[in-house]
Amino acid sequence: MSDLPTELRYTQSHEWVRNNEDGTFTVGITDHAQELLGDIVFVETPEEDAEIEAGDGCAVVESVKAASDIYMPISGIVASANGELADTPEAINDDAYQAGWIFTIKSDGVEWDNLLTVEQYEGLLAEDE
Amino acid sequence: MLIHERSKSTRRASAQMPATSVEVKGIPAELLRRTPPALPEVSEMQVVRHYTALSQKNFSIDTQFYPLGSCTMKYNPRASNTLAMLPGMVARHPLAPVSHSQGFMACMYDLQEMLKEVTGMKEVSLSPAAGAQGEFAGVAMIRAYHDARGDNERCEILVPDAAHGTNPASAVMCGYKVREIPTGPSGDVDVDALKAVVGPQTAGIMLTNPSTVGVFDRQIEAIAKTVHDAGGLLYYDGANLNAILGKVRPGDMGFDVIHMNLHKTFSTPHGGGGPGAGPVGVSERLIPYLPVPMVAKAADGYQWLLEKDCPDSIGRLSAFAGNAGVLIRAYVYARMLGREGMPRVAEYATLNANYMMVRLAEAGFDLAYKDRRATHEFIVTLKRQAKELGVNAMDFAKRLLDYGYHAPTTYFPLLIPECLLIEPTETETQAELDGFIEVMKTIQAEAEENADLVKGAPYTLPVRRLDDVKAARELNLAYTPAKADE
Repeated sequence: MSDLPTELRYTQSHEWVRNNEDGTFTVGITDHAQELLGDIVFVETPEEDAEIEAGDGCAVVESVKAASDIYMPISGIVASANGELADTPEAINDDAYQAGWIFTIKSDGVEWDNLLTVEQYEGLLAEDE
Repeated sequence: MLIHERSKSTRRASAQMPATSVEVKGIPAELLRRTPPALPEVSEMQVVRHYTALSQKNFSIDTQFYPLGSCTMKYNPRASNTLAMLPGMVARHPLAPVSHSQGFMACMYDLQEMLKEVTGMKEVSLSPAAGAQGEFAGVAMIRAYHDARGDNERCEILVPDAAHGTNPASAVMCGYKVREIPTGPSGDVDVDALKAVVGPQTAGIMLTNPSTVGVFDRQIEAIAKTVHDAGGLLYYDGANLNAILGKVRPGDMGFDVIHMNLHKTFSTPHGGGGPGAGPVGVSERLIPYLPVPMVAKAADGYQWLLEKDCPDSIGRLSAFAGNAGVLIRAYVYARMLGREGMPRVAEYATLNANYMMVRLAEAGFDLAYKDRRATHEFIVTLKRQAKELGVNAMDFAKRLLDYGYHAPTTYFPLLIPECLLIEPTETETQAELDGFIEVMKTIQAEAEENADLVKGAPYTLPVRRLDDVKAARELNLAYTPAKADE
């Protein structure tokens, strides 16, 4: 089983969300997702200041196998994007929850409770097995 | 080795150079290059050997079984090509007067008619030059239809998650937002999920049926009704037309627009990077929007239908009438098959796929949809082997090459983990199918006894396993000479 930080929330489409407790949230893809995708070769991050609804495609992660959309986990405005990924997309493979973060958003966070808890996400992965 | 690396200064092959060279005048001095281009300097014999050696490295349908799922790598009869190469076809100038092109135009007209008949659509335009262009034309017609009615709120195209990547791309190219529809557990589109998202914002749905998971969607009539009731149109991606040729017609399933990949289903070698042909067919209400030119039959012969004849057309997709050579091959192929032959394409394509599917399941391989009958292709998942033996779909695919078989499609569709999408096509013999099945069993045994052997494959090809990660991260396609004067 892949490694799952307990403080994060998750989505059905394998994004993780960290509440930075300052009105911003950090988004990435889970270790399970990077394992499925394989070696990541390109990441298209969202434009800063873009206002995006929960569930809309907002970034693309491309591996040697496939290009996958990243969906906005909660509605908000893109605050920053991880520019390091342009040169080192493999950071997502090596360290999905820290160096491999993809973007941050400003959000009122009202949709936080719609996200999956670690137990619910573990349940989802177990179903997939 | 690149031909540049065989180059030696001052060596040349001039015997076949044109006798006279044309002097070009009038190019501004600042645009003239100052250094000669880095062309290889080689002898005629070196050129012949170099390219003959490259051609011998081809892995093609002419040399080996090529069960590349979703690509329909079937054998293309030589007759189609021979007739398409007739001087009257090859040397015909696209600007030649209509009176000098009646033979060619008769073939095009008949091809339009045959494609109408076999798809159940009301009118066909042959002009899109490839599948993706056909898709673009199809979605552009959907857009033109809604626009003409002043129905401007429709901003979404629905696409199932198993679709080819070109479907969402075509929708976005036409200015639509894409909404993904999940596939249910038995491979059909999840109709409840569809009903939940369809509405006044729905411009249409793009479907491939049989789908890329290798099953025929049994809910197609319910899907058509749901989308039509909401005012949307149905787009049929003809990628898998091979499976239903002469059996079921997209027009009868309720589709409004279809593109066909003639280079897959109708006899042009496919997979060589083109050219292709992606004709579009439409239902009654989309006829005004078809791309021009088309061929019409009048009392005094065949004529082109152009912009002036079709004022609501979405326009032209290329300078002339599509890829004429591919269209001629398709015409010859369709004529050779005839009404009796077309259903046999579907029958044998389906029989071959189901035979392989059942034999591989008996040999212990896991099927993605084991309760379903295959259409012309099916999916084996190697998730168990990846987990238990550490040997994944890519390892199986590479090892197959050592045994002289082209690998099936790997890791597509994305929703099935560790998958091989296998499409034998109707042109293979049972012996060939059996050979592939035996090799799959052999590789399974190797994976159990010596996983590293399989993980290290291939061993017998000109190159070993390529570093596809490095290739993608450090994309470098241009040749740069080491030293210009060497």
